[in-house]
Amino acid sequence: MPKNNSLKKLLVIGSGPIVIGQAAEFDYAGTQACQALKEEGFEVVLINSNPATIMTDTNIADKVYIEPINLEFVSQIIRQERPDGLLPTLGGQTGLNMAVELAKAGVLEKEGVKLLGTQLTAIERAEDRDLFRALMRELDQPVPESDIVTTVQAAVDFANTIGYPVIVRPAYTLGGTGGGIASSEEELREIVDSGIRYSPIGQCLIEKSIAGMKEVEYEVMRDANDNCIVVCNMENFDPVGVHTGDSIVVAPSQTLSDREYQMLRSASLKIIRALNIEGGCNVQFALDPQSYQYYVIEVNPRVSRSSALASKATGYPIAKMAAKIAIGYTLDEIVNPVTGQTYACFEPTLDYIVTKIPRWPFDKFTSANRKLGTQMKATGEVMAIGRTFEESIQKAVRSLEIGVHRIFLKGANEIDDETLKARLVKADDERIFLVAEAFRRGWALQQIQDLSNIDWWFLDKIERIVQFEDVIRREPGLTKETLHLAKRNGFTDRAIAELRREGHPGGAHTQESEVREYRKAQGLTPVYKMVDTCAAEFEATTPYYYSTYETENEVLPSSKEKIIVLGSGPIRIGQGIEFDYSTVHAVWAIRNAGYEAVIINNNPETVSTDFSTSDRLYFEPLFFEDVMNVVEQEKPLGVIVQFGGQTAINLAAPLAKAGVRILGTTLESIDEAEDRKKFEALLRKLNIPQPKGTTVTSVDEAVDAAQALGYPVLVRPSYVLGGRAMEIVYSDEELLAYMKVAVKINPEHPVLIDRYMLGKEIEVDAICDGETVVIPGIMEHVERAGVHSGDSIAVYPPQSLTDEVKQQAIDITIKIAKELKTIGLVNIQFVVWQEQVYVIEVNPRSSRTVPFLSKVTRIPMANLATQAILGNKLKDLGYQDGLWPEDEFVSVKVPVFSFAKLRRVDPTLTPEMKSTGEVMGRDRHYAKALYKGLIGSGMKIPQSGAIIATVADKDKAEAIEILKGFYNLGYKLIATGGTADAIEAAGLKVRRVAKLSEGEPNIVDLIRTGQAQFVVNTLTKGKTPERDGFRIRREAVENGVVCLTSLDTVSALLHMLQALRFSSEAMPAFQA
Amino acid sequence: MQARLLLEDGTLFTGRGFGAEGGSVGEVVFNTGITGYQEVLSDPSYCGQIVTMTFPLIGNYGINRDDFESIRPYIHGFVVRRHEEVPSNWRAQYTLGSLLKEYGIVGISDIDTRMLTRILRQHGTMKGIITTGNERIEELQERLGATPLLRDQVARTSTKSVFSSPGDKERIVLIDYGAKSGILRELTKRGCDVVVVPQDATAEEIRKLKPDGIQLSNGPGDPKDVPHAVETVRQLIGEYPLFGICLGHQLFALASGADTGKLKFGHRGGNHPVKELESGRCFITSQNHGYTVIEESLIGTELEVTHINNNDKTIEGLKHKKFPAFSVQYHPEAAPGPYDNSYLFDRFIDMIRAHKRDNPARSRQAELSETLRGELQYAQK
Repeated sequence: MPKNNSLKKLLVIGSGPIVIGQAAEFDYAGTQACQALKEEGFEVVLINSNPATIMTDTNIADKVYIEPINLEFVSQIIRQERPDGLLPTLGGQTGLNMAVELAKAGVLEKEGVKLLGTQLTAIERAEDRDLFRALMRELDQPVPESDIVTTVQAAVDFANTIGYPVIVRPAYTLGGTGGGIASSEEELREIVDSGIRYSPIGQCLIEKSIAGMKEVEYEVMRDANDNCIVVCNMENFDPVGVHTGDSIVVAPSQTLSDREYQMLRSASLKIIRALNIEGGCNVQFALDPQSYQYYVIEVNPRVSRSSALASKATGYPIAKMAAKIAIGYTLDEIVNPVTGQTYACFEPTLDYIVTKIPRWPFDKFTSANRKLGTQMKATGEVMAIGRTFEESIQKAVRSLEIGVHRIFLKGANEIDDETLKARLVKADDERIFLVAEAFRRGWALQQIQDLSNIDWWFLDKIERIVQFEDVIRREPGLTKETLHLAKRNGFTDRAIAELRREGHPGGAHTQESEVREYRKAQGLTPVYKMVDTCAAEFEATTPYYYSTYETENEVLPSSKEKIIVLGSGPIRIGQGIEFDYSTVHAVWAIRNAGYEAVIINNNPETVSTDFSTSDRLYFEPLFFEDVMNVVEQEKPLGVIVQFGGQTAINLAAPLAKAGVRILGTTLESIDEAEDRKKFEALLRKLNIPQPKGTTVTSVDEAVDAAQALGYPVLVRPSYVLGGRAMEIVYSDEELLAYMKVAVKINPEHPVLIDRYMLGKEIEVDAICDGETVVIPGIMEHVERAGVHSGDSIAVYPPQSLTDEVKQQAIDITIKIAKELKTIGLVNIQFVVWQEQVYVIEVNPRSSRTVPFLSKVTRIPMANLATQAILGNKLKDLGYQDGLWPEDEFVSVKVPVFSFAKLRRVDPTLTPEMKSTGEVMGRDRHYAKALYKGLIGSGMKIPQSGAIIATVADKDKAEAIEILKGFYNLGYKLIATGGTADAIEAAGLKVRRVAKLSEGEPNIVDLIRTGQAQFVVNTLTKGKTPERDGFRIRREAVENGVVCLTSLDTVSALLHMLQALRFSSEAMPAFQA
Repeated sequence: MQARLLLEDGTLFTGRGFGAEGGSVGEVVFNTGITGYQEVLSDPSYCGQIVTMTFPLIGNYGINRDDFESIRPYIHGFVVRRHEEVPSNWRAQYTLGSLLKEYGIVGISDIDTRMLTRILRQHGTMKGIITTGNERIEELQERLGATPLLRDQVARTSTKSVFSSPGDKERIVLIDYGAKSGILRELTKRGCDVVVVPQDATAEEIRKLKPDGIQLSNGPGDPKDVPHAVETVRQLIGEYPLFGICLGHQLFALASGADTGKLKFGHRGGNHPVKELESGRCFITSQNHGYTVIEESLIGTELEVTHINNNDKTIEGLKHKKFPAFSVQYHPEAAPGPYDNSYLFDRFIDMIRAHKRDNPARSRQAELSETLRGELQYAQK
């Protein structure tokens, strides 16, 4: 069927900010879809609130709206743009929910917008638990015994009839928000209570637990002509019970016979046919490991995280095909872009095995509950490709960047047997390492399986890896055969050296470099195979490669000069999609300049790992050895490290040492900015003020230094990633407590102690070619220093800076950039203290704010930086030193957090970054821009209501002034003890509420019962979760009540409300 | 144990042996299915071939009692990247290696199977020799050159005697050219009364079984190697509703006056898209064939193309313009592969029923009465 020609203009809704459960995969899907639609000649209108995405670039869609994704704003855009059709299934759950809301509100019908692809009825039948179960019964597809409840009591009653444990799944939520497994009535009550609140329709499914079964997923596609295909199936390493987003997953399935594979395949197709899916769909099954019995767990009638993974795992671009299906094409007439000669109507077949491992944020959130359950907790994931499971999983493990490079976790040997057992039973983020540890202790495979329910096949593989380590360790001299086998099993040179060191201290081949040389001398180098969707049955020209130790190398020769760009690896807090954005732009700039752009990355969710982004894609770990192998294969002019975040920067030194040319800012300059001592010397030399600080290497030194500087002080380890382990400490005790943790985190690097200045933070990104320094813009942070810049609301152009302050920042930026001989991007953070600008930090690389600033200033920063790196002069491109003229619009970048998904994490804003994503609000006036930003970030801002305030003594005076403003706008004030006293003393009416220790009903009950719209809580000393403040903040988060922990945010909110409010002033009285 | 695979073009692969020791010559082919190795190696259509699986990990779920497609494997060698020695599946009863050993089949693992596949794709399937011995290369080359590929695979794999699989519905005579069990399974699942006859059964012998329909099975090799079978099919077309699968499809074409030829590297796997021309719909099919019906040769015959391969556009299905007879190049019985095409067996049975309805005189009852009346008249004379 040819495309539908009655359509001209199409609306695509994006997925909004990155949160746990909805990450970069939707930028990948959305970008692909928009490109596919444009390719077909449609005019594409895009709405997405997330500026850090490639899809919101103006070359991806014809019109891009970076506006809040809610009924009000999307309706307005629809009325303004009058699109003919809307694609609802490419923007994740957010996009899907928005489309449903638009349809239900009658907007689509009224404005004549046709819903394309999968229809509303299908979406509802898949997503509404009741309708879904009815459909499954009709289709004769088994589902676990379950009931829909809307009250806690109904849940308890039902659980009593089917028995515990039960699974709670709230309807229409992302990544299983608010769900969980309950083994007792008490647990059930707690989970259902929050689950009902998180579900937009107040519904939870209570389901008999089928935990322990195999979890298998199918990615399927269907077109309007009823052609159905399976793109990929996947098997979870972790059995049912762990959210699939938190599971280690392999593709294709490994322990299913053809009969089981086909049984589930047929079931998947039956389901998508009954649902009339037109596009992509994901079906999840639980399969009994001892029979043919299976259950349908869930169906996602849209592209998803799993479909992004399946696309990267197979080479089959699901989102692109889904977009084409939506506009009327059928699979049999769409050419398979990988082969260029076959069609999209076939089932990809793999000749390798793919492993995905999630990346969890527990390194940042040390207090979070690390247990894995039905609520997803991972922020990102890595994928690896190998010809054996061993090779594949070992590659995936070293891609994680959690300080491990094989299936061995330091310290695991210190865990006692009982704890180890318990942790094998109840999965957490380290379980794979603990499985290996159990084998190292000589535990029997059967025992480990009994504990973990992980399939025998996977356990056997891990046991073999552990056993092979022993072979490497024990062999008298490392033979070529063993080395070859080790490489085929995915061991790195570093791992081999480490194992040799354990077995033969001081012997040969105990250093990574030695192993490397020996290996190369033996002719053991990897070959690269192509991901081609068809297991080599057809010729493919897609330059999408992975390494393996076999015979034939398939890399196509090319006479063009090449440049390698290192990606940024898995999405984690502090290193998000922003870095992929810059990476993609760098690649595009390189291609435009006539070079071949080669990318190395391991994140399956991103646009950078779309094989059509670069000239050559190497899906490989960002690990020295793997990168070096690609370098040796491609022999590039050089490697660009400044777009891949700290991941790529950290590779600069070892690569340079190995003789690789680092393009752009030199390694020496990078080091000068990152090494505290050198950096201080640099600033001194340039006469640039910086907060007083010092570097210490021992605890005693730290105490002395802090006392000399005067508390409060800011402490952090030297090499930092997103403010990891940075804290403000107010006393010796706090410092000592901190040193204990920080030193453990990074023993090789010293700790920095700075005087903490409570000033305004500003941030600058600049581009330099060594001569000219272009400053696209200055951003002002709403929250004062002490809140991580990534967690602050950033405003461009600055609203409260004097020209004098701006000029200081500009001058310093130019000085530093030139002194560092920066070639490319540099990010500088300042604190303004008594009209004096101090430098806090210089990052000689692309930063988190590059996409935001590129969009609001319309300067293609990553592109310009790349051109500078390639040797172009900014002057020749029409740029000059200094600040680019400020935009007439005001833009704000508002952070978005995923606290709801991470129990026990304190939502207080601190120097440690906590946000997972961002949104942008842009308008002519600051207040309107901020309103859009806050609304876009998911904040509910009622025009009236009550504010609960409980603030620390040091903040009271400032807080009262702000609360007065709210009071005058008509908000009610509710407060506990001291805060209430202070409010009363200021002459305002306040409702007193009991503290937690003062019995019930207390402050938490008020929050729970929805009697307050905002909670203002500032931090008191001591950060243990037992503290009242913590419980208040968590309660607010879990009840979806706005919780503000920085008075600056509260103040900004107040000013915004004041500005947006029509004034209602009484008429002035007549003077008698 | 070292094992080697030497191709006709001189390429030598050295890997590890598993399964039996020894050596054998065969046509080297590749199958792209991810699952289904047990069905593949027991599919008689692979008789005499050295089969390479493109998926690298083979043996993961072992070998079970139920998934054999014939009573024994007929392959001449099995090539995998990694032989998974420790299977995990509730039905697993043997390992892949033990099965190969039992039937004297040499397996080779740990070679670059993707490289091998690419060679076969580029140069077409070719002869190869697989060995676990220590022969010199020249010796292997000589043996490879001196050993012709089999031409009698159909006779080797077909049943030697007639047997029945009783049912209470239509009687189907299944001509076994090396049939996969799946065909019999699909027919009996539908209640058919199936009589399986050897590949060399004559039309006369088949008529005596009073069939309602004729099922031509799949089978190994070149259809032109079994001219007697073509002749038998020619006699049966028009007389009985007929359904041909794979080799059966090619025999149906030859019997109808069309021609067949060899594909460069064949279609072997479970992901091939086939378009049904009437509905325009595409089906994912299970395939295993090295020969195909040549499109130009249909001119002047009574055959009509019903299905084509959506990728290379080769013929995948035919029907007779006048008589109730159709055939497909792929495997509606699946095993291994998708179940999407089992509706063809229903179509076959519907065709038989329609045929009976339209030709009441030909029904068994009528036929029998006629015969009886004839006998009676004879007696009265």
